[in-house]
Amino acid sequence: MAVPRYWRKLATRYNLIGARCGNCGNHEFPPRDMCGKCRRHSVGKMEPHRFSGKGKLTSYTEVHTAQAGYEDQVPYIVGIIELEEGPRLTTQIVDCSADQVYEGMPVTDTFRKIGEDSDSGIIYYGTKFRPAVPLAEAEEQ
Amino acid sequence: MSPKLREVAIIGTGMTKFGELWDKSLRELGLAAGLQAIHEANIGSEDIDAMYVGNMSAGVLLQQEHVGALIADYCGLAERHIPTTRVEAASASGGLAFRHAYMSIAGGFYDTVVVGGAEKMTDSSESQTGTSVIAGSDEEWEAFYGATFAALHAMCARGHMDEHGTTREQLSAVAAKNHNHAANNPLAQFPFPMKPEAVTASGLVASPLRMMDCAPSSDGAAALVLCEAERAKELCENPVLISGSGQGSDTIALHDRPKLCHFPAIEHAAAAAFLQAGRKPAEVAVAEVHDNFTISEIMALEGLGFFPHGKAGPATESGETTYGGKVVVNSSGGLKARGHAPGATGIAQAVEITHQLQGRADKRQVDGATLGLCENHGGTAATAVVHLLEVR
Repeated sequence: MAVPRYWRKLATRYNLIGARCGNCGNHEFPPRDMCGKCRRHSVGKMEPHRFSGKGKLTSYTEVHTAQAGYEDQVPYIVGIIELEEGPRLTTQIVDCSADQVYEGMPVTDTFRKIGEDSDSGIIYYGTKFRPAVPLAEAEEQ
Repeated sequence: MSPKLREVAIIGTGMTKFGELWDKSLRELGLAAGLQAIHEANIGSEDIDAMYVGNMSAGVLLQQEHVGALIADYCGLAERHIPTTRVEAASASGGLAFRHAYMSIAGGFYDTVVVGGAEKMTDSSESQTGTSVIAGSDEEWEAFYGATFAALHAMCARGHMDEHGTTREQLSAVAAKNHNHAANNPLAQFPFPMKPEAVTASGLVASPLRMMDCAPSSDGAAALVLCEAERAKELCENPVLISGSGQGSDTIALHDRPKLCHFPAIEHAAAAAFLQAGRKPAEVAVAEVHDNFTISEIMALEGLGFFPHGKAGPATESGETTYGGKVVVNSSGGLKARGHAPGATGIAQAVEITHQLQGRADKRQVDGATLGLCENHGGTAATAVVHLLEVR
């Protein structure tokens, strides 16, 4: 991947920076220059918004056959997270196994390595999610 | 239909075998299917006003763009300087090329058009092929994090199981039924029957989806000759009318949808096609739908209105989607067993339905079929295309 294509996404990928519409209050992740709810009324009014990183797992799958660059990680869990501010995103769920996750599970963001171009290329980092309640504690409850 | 639109008919079909065609290049496949269609329509190059080509991945996999001009040139049309257009919409590239060819005649720009689809998926490593396929999702916000198309459809399947009670056995019944149909299709990549138990026993790809829930990445090509309907009657004794054409779109990323278990783009495309044709789902005898994964066929059948939400799985299991049932679905074997050559798939669907309506589908023939449907979608149905074909 060319450096600029990775670099311009750093804030969003590292720190969950999305956008809040200054017109209607809708949140967007990743950020958009135009609000999906009130469209043209939002132009010029989209403000950066740092998401809390809290959310719940809405669906998931355990991947056994990966695309190029992710083969070493199998099996890994891919899920859809609904952030508490509303937007949903797709990423990996870590620090747990597939039989421990469930729909509706509270999750929180965690900064992780995503992949790399090659031995000498860019290393990609970004946000994955993990159970918000440590699993041992959750089991006791 | 707007009274200004002209009626359009199919007067020629062509198709190569689908599969791992290591001795054929993209342009050779395109020519083979195109020649067959032109021969069948009994027209010459001087009769062709324009050409449309569906292709998804030649740029990524073959480092070959400009596929419209390439195929037309290799088909001997360069000296005629006809308009050529390549259409891309991930796995819906073929169906969308078909729609644009249809619109170009219906709208009065041309009288006779060749539309082809060609794809070469096995000239590259498996990992390159996978990269080209996932490029139909949101690359920056889905694929980047390790999502595959199987993973995205696995979440659709989980959503469908939660919401509607769809079962593992119902998914297996889809793949087994399509394999059983393909056993009678000499052009199919996997022309052999399959037991549902074998589907259920295959290895996990992305839970709950297994190897035999997934369509292959195939080489292949298909082509049609389309013609304004009045002229079609002069050229062809059994033209097949395109009576409805619809298209819908949706968010590129699956996670931005309110529900994972429905494909609204298909519902919108189907509503437009049925409205134009003045037909109802219950009248359709035979349908080719986009079963890139078994769950996709179930969601497509519900989106098309053949079954209420949650009922396509049980209907498949009880034989309602095969011979003797309510509607014969994927008589060709579908993407799962005929094969899935993305740019060609949407055209191959129309070839199969045309043969069914002309009564020349041999052992796959659905007796008395006069109305058929093709449904082709791309990504997680961010583009969907539906066509209704009929004989009167």
